[in-house]
Amino acid sequence: MTADTLRLPTPAPRLGWATVAAKEFADHLLSIRFLVLTVVLGLAALVPLYFVADRIRSLASEVSGAQAVFLALFTISGQQDVAFLEVDRFVGLVAPLLGVAFAFDAVNGERHEGTLPRLLSQPIYRDDVINGKFVAGLAVIAVVLTSVILVIAGFGLLRLGLVPAPSEILRIAAWLVATYLYVALWLAFGLLLSVVLRRAATSALIAFGSWILVTIFGPLIVSTVARVVAPLSSATSDAEALSLLGLQQLISRILPSTLYEELTLVILNPAVTGVSTPSTLGQYFQAQQQIPTLLSLDQSLLLVWPQAVALVALIVVCFAAAYVLFMRQEVRA
Amino acid sequence: MRAKRRLPGGPVGRPTVEAGGPVVVDAPIRARGLTKVYGDRTAVDRLDLDVRAGEIFGLLGQNGAGKTTTILMLLGLTEPTAGEARVVGLDPTRHPLEVKRRVGYLPDMVGFYGNLTGRENLRYTARLNRIPPAEAEVRIDEVLGQVDLAERADSRTDTYSRGMLQRLGIADALLKDPEILILDEPTASIDPLGVVEILRLLRRLVKERGMAILLSSHLLSQVQSVCDRVGIFASGRLIGLGTVDELAARFGGLATRLRVEVDPLVALDEGDFSDRLASIPGVSAVHRPGGPSDGWEVEVDPPGARDDVRRAVLRSMAEGDVPIVGISALVPSLDDIYRRALAETTAGGRAA
Repeated sequence: MTADTLRLPTPAPRLGWATVAAKEFADHLLSIRFLVLTVVLGLAALVPLYFVADRIRSLASEVSGAQAVFLALFTISGQQDVAFLEVDRFVGLVAPLLGVAFAFDAVNGERHEGTLPRLLSQPIYRDDVINGKFVAGLAVIAVVLTSVILVIAGFGLLRLGLVPAPSEILRIAAWLVATYLYVALWLAFGLLLSVVLRRAATSALIAFGSWILVTIFGPLIVSTVARVVAPLSSATSDAEALSLLGLQQLISRILPSTLYEELTLVILNPAVTGVSTPSTLGQYFQAQQQIPTLLSLDQSLLLVWPQAVALVALIVVCFAAAYVLFMRQEVRA
Repeated sequence: MRAKRRLPGGPVGRPTVEAGGPVVVDAPIRARGLTKVYGDRTAVDRLDLDVRAGEIFGLLGQNGAGKTTTILMLLGLTEPTAGEARVVGLDPTRHPLEVKRRVGYLPDMVGFYGNLTGRENLRYTARLNRIPPAEAEVRIDEVLGQVDLAERADSRTDTYSRGMLQRLGIADALLKDPEILILDEPTASIDPLGVVEILRLLRRLVKERGMAILLSSHLLSQVQSVCDRVGIFASGRLIGLGTVDELAARFGGLATRLRVEVDPLVALDEGDFSDRLASIPGVSAVHRPGGPSDGWEVEVDPPGARDDVRRAVLRSMAEGDVPIVGISALVPSLDDIYRRALAETTAGGRAA
């Protein structure tokens, strides 16, 4: 009996993307870049963590009885005067690499290897390829981020003997989701580059260039632009100064990194009660007089809901652009 | 009525006997007025083509003649600008999945995932084709054996040579047990011995399974022995279609040449010998193409006189005591035909 006689008429595969995603996911997990990035991201989290833990211990007497001590592990700086030695900042700095690395050669890599025509000549829809690749990327960044954040939390448990309160666990989970969205945006951006650019090297270069631009030079450039567009010196009244400040903040939110920073700030710090500049003097004074309180998670989430929605919208825009361009592209270069 | 889906174990691309009565089946591949325009360049210009079940059809032409574009349109990977194609009786633009399920395709410069072994690469293809895992393993072994790659099946494909990748590509195309094979430059970058083996394999597939095979090549001489019919392609247009013999007869009467070989070690008055050949009735011209071992080429006109001329040559040689070692009809190579066809069409185009 040959294999042929066993075959029954098969329905058109509707889960082509799942097959593509499963293969891509397995490839990612076995790839060197997975290993390297997990280590890099893990180190990026552990190095500041080491200092932070020391600092927390030295401050132990002061913080005893304070609320949300476990979250301090993520948010306070390891050195009193060095602001960037914070776990959340480090993760925010390195995490985009994760997204970019698993997508920058997704499509042009296949093109270069000559596997794309072969893949597209299999009985799957064309969008199965790009959907599958995006899903695989989403899955693998979920694995990396979750494990890194679990490592941080585990480190806190072991070294500090701190047990997070349920509300803190929820906040860390929410922060994980926010980070995940931010990385997913970079993944979608990398995917877009891999569709638009014919050479993987070019798209890697542009992706890493954008990463440096956004995370390192971005704040500098954007704040300069904001100061030029809305110079505070031109304000004649306090109210006008406030509106100019609001405009500056709006401009700074062009950067997805700003959106993510605001998300992080509010989610990881229950004491933060606002991210936007007050738009009127009345609000300004109100904020000044506010009694320090701790927000519950849902209140914090309400504060940064727009930022989260903006991140999702950006992901959708990037992925949709990649999708449309891929569907319209010729199979041959 | 033709069953849309193949019955288990049913013959491929052929009328099914079970259906009863004489069944008229579309050619497995049929194109009518197929046209593809990229910007201001017409890659394929009103192509009419039929590939029948059980034949190997060669699509021949230089690089950039439109062969790959034609193939992509047949697979539904590129939409035609005009005209229509039918593959296994379906429109590939509207039913791409069904067409791709039943057609095996070897792309030009086929590639595989270098981080996977040959077997793993094929396994991925099997999954994409929804072949059940147990059956897939059997089939993978089978096709790997067919292309003689069983030994290297478990090495990563980035260690394969170009020729091995090409053979793995054929295995990959065969994996889904297709009714039609479409091979884009299957013999490119394969060593001459490998070419012979691949062509032999294709011939066997056609014979055993009644498959229809469409292959494209720019190396005309390599594939002429295996193609039942060929179509000659130049700048998007089919300028010749038929068997190699038909094309030979059509383009310049190349079939009517004889080669007369003479023992090169025996001294011979060459001028006298040429004159003697030329004086035979029916001989229109005599050439001395190369060195002594190449012999003479005799052009016969009219073509029907070939056998008479052959007899006359033999008689004349016997009388003159010329040490003749061979006399044979020259089979024109496709390269010759291609060159002539191309010259003829471009000349015709200029005249018009």
